[in-house]
Amino acid sequence: MTTIILFAPLVGALIAGFLWRQIGESAAQWTATVLLFLAAFLSWIVFFTLPDGTQHITLMRWVESGTLSTDWAIRLDRLTAIMLIVITTVSALVHLYSMGYMAHDENFREGESYRPRFFAYLSFFTFAMLMLVTSDNLLQLFFGWEGVGVASYLLIGFYFRKPSANAASIKAFVVNRVGDFGFALGIFALFFLVDSIELDVIFAEAPALADTTLHFLWRDWNAANLAAFLLFVGAMGKSAQLFLHTWLPDAMEGPTPVSALIHAATMVTAGVFLVCRMSPLFEYAPEVKTFIIYIGASTAFFAATIGLVQTDIKRVIAYSTCSQLGYMFVAAGAGIYGAAMFHLFTHAFFKAMLFLGAGSVIHAMHHEQDMRNYGGLRKKIPYTFWAMLIGTLAITGVGIPLTYIGFAGFLSKDAIIESAWASGNGFAFWALVIAALFTSFYSWRLIFLTFFGKPRGNHHTHEHAHESPAVMTIPLGVLALGAIFAGMIWHNSFFGDHDRMATFFDMPHHEEEGSEARAGDGEAEPIAEAGESPEEAQDESGEGLADVGETAAEGAAPEMDATEQAAADESHAEEEAHLVGTGDIGAIYMSEESEEVLDAAHHSPVWVKVSPFAAMLIGFALAWLMYIRKPDFPAKLAENQRPLYNFLLNKWYFDEIYGFLFVRPAAGLGRLLWKRGDGSVIDGTINGISMGFVPMLTRLAGRWQSGYIFTYAFAMVIGIALLITWLTIAGGAN
Amino acid sequence: MMSTDLSILLPEVMLAFYAMVSLIVVVYTGKDDSARPLTVLTAIVFAGLAFWIGYAGSGSELAFYGSFISDPFSRFAKVGILLSAAAVLLISMEYMSRRGLLRFEYPVLISLSVVGMMVMVSAGDLMVLYMGLELQSLAAYVIASIRRDSVRSTEAGLKYFVLGALSSGLLLYGASLTYGFSGTTLFAGIFEAAAGDVSIGLLFGLAFLLAGFAFKISAAPFHMWTPDVYEGAPTPVTAFFATAPKLAAMALLARVMHDAFGTIVGDWQQIIAFLAVFSMFLGAIAAIGQRNIKRLMAYSSISHMGFALMGLASGTLFGVQAMLIYMAIYLTMNVGAFAFILSMEKDGRPVTDIESLHMYSKREPLRALAMLVLLFSLAGVPPLVGFFGKLYVLQAAVQGGLSWLAILGVIASVISAFYYLRIVYYMYFGTERDSLDPPSSPVLWSVLMVCALAMVFGVINLFGVDALAAQAAAALVN
Repeated sequence: MTTIILFAPLVGALIAGFLWRQIGESAAQWTATVLLFLAAFLSWIVFFTLPDGTQHITLMRWVESGTLSTDWAIRLDRLTAIMLIVITTVSALVHLYSMGYMAHDENFREGESYRPRFFAYLSFFTFAMLMLVTSDNLLQLFFGWEGVGVASYLLIGFYFRKPSANAASIKAFVVNRVGDFGFALGIFALFFLVDSIELDVIFAEAPALADTTLHFLWRDWNAANLAAFLLFVGAMGKSAQLFLHTWLPDAMEGPTPVSALIHAATMVTAGVFLVCRMSPLFEYAPEVKTFIIYIGASTAFFAATIGLVQTDIKRVIAYSTCSQLGYMFVAAGAGIYGAAMFHLFTHAFFKAMLFLGAGSVIHAMHHEQDMRNYGGLRKKIPYTFWAMLIGTLAITGVGIPLTYIGFAGFLSKDAIIESAWASGNGFAFWALVIAALFTSFYSWRLIFLTFFGKPRGNHHTHEHAHESPAVMTIPLGVLALGAIFAGMIWHNSFFGDHDRMATFFDMPHHEEEGSEARAGDGEAEPIAEAGESPEEAQDESGEGLADVGETAAEGAAPEMDATEQAAADESHAEEEAHLVGTGDIGAIYMSEESEEVLDAAHHSPVWVKVSPFAAMLIGFALAWLMYIRKPDFPAKLAENQRPLYNFLLNKWYFDEIYGFLFVRPAAGLGRLLWKRGDGSVIDGTINGISMGFVPMLTRLAGRWQSGYIFTYAFAMVIGIALLITWLTIAGGAN
Repeated sequence: MMSTDLSILLPEVMLAFYAMVSLIVVVYTGKDDSARPLTVLTAIVFAGLAFWIGYAGSGSELAFYGSFISDPFSRFAKVGILLSAAAVLLISMEYMSRRGLLRFEYPVLISLSVVGMMVMVSAGDLMVLYMGLELQSLAAYVIASIRRDSVRSTEAGLKYFVLGALSSGLLLYGASLTYGFSGTTLFAGIFEAAAGDVSIGLLFGLAFLLAGFAFKISAAPFHMWTPDVYEGAPTPVTAFFATAPKLAAMALLARVMHDAFGTIVGDWQQIIAFLAVFSMFLGAIAAIGQRNIKRLMAYSSISHMGFALMGLASGTLFGVQAMLIYMAIYLTMNVGAFAFILSMEKDGRPVTDIESLHMYSKREPLRALAMLVLLFSLAGVPPLVGFFGKLYVLQAAVQGGLSWLAILGVIASVISAFYYLRIVYYMYFGTERDSLDPPSSPVLWSVLMVCALAMVFGVINLFGVDALAAQAAAALVN
């Protein structure tokens, strides 16, 4: 079944890409889409029927070279299953949506065929992404990693007549090369250290790596930290984290469905997936984990500030994505991989929906993307408005504080903020809370500017604004369901309940006092979502969580009984010993410290639990004030705070600084090597030799060949004289 | 005792006997009328002898107190010599008979020359060596000027003879010095004499011997006769000069160096490396200026001899193997290329100007393609067999610690690629000119095609030549 999921998109891509001339354009599109829906359907089945334990499905032999031996193999566990449903579901919906969105594109000439190509790229991307998440070794992972990079490159530059799109695609590719270089080094380092790139082998060796040092560049490093760091550099590139984020906003040059699929829901989360997948390694690299927290928190904050002032609707969402990825990394860095995956999961739904909604708006407004030219679209495109509104409610985290009822983002984002608090990193916590405030502000700003107020800009465009066709609104509706319910249904499995989480991710069970204390109903049943309808699950989690609410209200603070703690530690230690012995680890692995952080997060104080909600409210209020109540205020504020405004508008001048530091010197060096090095030196030398020197010698040789016997005889005599002289001087004669 | 010795020598005796008997018989019977059947018969005799030597011979045997050696090495060389001579005879007939050159002396002289070569490669003594060399050379002088009424041909023969005499003098001088300082003419004896302290006299002898051999393989700076003789002699004779004698002289050189001077590898290695570099570069550079394809092939062969010498210069077993493989490939390529050149005619007259090949591919696509394969192979373009020949000798040089030589070899091969590719350029992208006559000879066509196909399919296993060459080299180097 997994094999079908994996290869259905590839078959779709091949058919749409190479056979569309035979079967026709629309048949090609439908083939790709139907195959993707098949894959999505099967993925959900896999997700709900996932047996315990990690399955390895070997497809074929790949590389056998020296000690390096690698298979094409599928590693099927909870992590893979989560990614499978995210990827195939969003991809299938995006395929469907693209039917409408790409139907008429003014970037292509009349009669030019571009749709099959677009669908082929989308399907190919999906295949590469599935290859990435199902890989059982680092080489296959790298294959998928690069495959999605190629697909991203092709799709960003899909409007190949636009110079800006071409530039953006190259930028994305080049910036990702930086990250991939680190990633490749990480793989090399791991292969060097453990002599294998099989994940299982690496995981089994991870504890040993923590005690190993490796010489790299100028000094010795802790091997686990170094390898984890290098892998994380790759993740930073793919997931657009601070310093390697510059490509993501530019990537919005691609068609909007691409932004939704690749640059929001799936590819950019590959970095988060990588960290979670390699959790057994990262758990032994505490310094790197701290580093991840800092990078993630900084990104979340920094991207949110830029999002405040952007006017391009897609760029706002792009920075929002960047910021949300930062959240995920904070959770991963704190060791709460479940929370990271949870946010990844919910984010995929609401962010894809926001993008698709934005695409619908853009579609309605004839490819106008500047929010300053929108306004009052609520009535014209009601479905889109409702979808965007749900998306915004989800991303800003609307819910009922201290309960577990709310939109998807409410649960997953709060989980991360609690994790950040529990990790003891004050900077990360406050950065995330402030980022939550900003998130709320810019998200509502987007809604207010787009759908409320008076129509601005070209009134002609506004008059012709119309709702998108059903193929575009249906995906919005499906994603809206996810944005509303995904959080509530799976909260316990991903984060909320320790035991359930352990079952869900197939981690070894831990006796945990916290869960005992609060699991009033005491049903630590193995994963039962499969049979339950969403309503039931919701009720149940509502019940369970109400209990937690009570305990929290009773003031069950995170202090733990000392003796219990010691006991817990012992059991953890035992578990770990067991783990290392068998090498059998669940989908994610959490060390003792991470388990404690998780417990602390569960028992975080009320003000921590409420703070993101408060931040959200403040953000909403500010946005309402500035864009509904006093619409002329933002302009004034921008005027007053000109330097700050420009700083944000210009994205902290990252592009300019990089341009100055890297791009221009590199271009200059390239030009130097090209003009001087290649043109003058190499071409000059070769041309000089081949067109000047050699012909001269040729003429000389021709002149010697006089035709007279005495010349020839003389040459022979000279020759023998040379030989004799040589032997006398240099030879071994005594 | 005598009968054992003679039985070892039997192929040579038989071939010499055949040459003399056929001479007498034809003189008293058909004269030039029977030249054609005699040529074919000679080719068949060569091929038969080649198979006999190749299949019947085994192990190493000495005759006449070690002055004649029959071992896998000499057998490898003899088979190569006989087969290439047979091929040259076959491709000669059409050309020679059309121009009234196919006299009955031609196959007889070639037979005698081949006998000389067979003696050369089996020589275990300086005297036998000289005898074989002179037998080969004297026959060659005559066939170079076989076209008596042509000034060019006579001039070629005369030049060849005078310079050949000079080189023989150098060789004899070297032999006498060697004899003087070692007290013996037997290679085995010289080997022992050179084992201890080597006197400078022996080294001088070595240098003079090398000069004589270098003349035979036309290695620079003893190459000057080559372009003139190649151009002046009738093309089939050129084809003969470019193939069998080269292998014979190269094998002789390897034999003398390893059997007689095997203890002072360091000394002759330098000389051979010098000859190799000089030949490779001179062959590559001087050929660029040539418009006459026969002269061009002359320089090409000089360059190729440089590469073969590079293998030898490494002084190792693998080096000898590489040299033998290189020579085998070289023979095949040259037979094919000359089969093509022999078919170049216009209005019934032979043409040698490469300009006449403009747009040859339009009129004769298959022949042009075959020639393209051969030229690419000569230039050493992968994946054709010629590339692997070069690869072997380069590897040998690197393994022998002569990396600098290998690098220079690569550079020279880049330069030499130019003139091979220029012919390809003319054939495929040239300007339309007066066309050559459509070739008619099926023999030339099939030889060309067989050689071209060998260049393509030989990459699979080199037709087992590498294993045979390894065996031969193992017999020589110990």
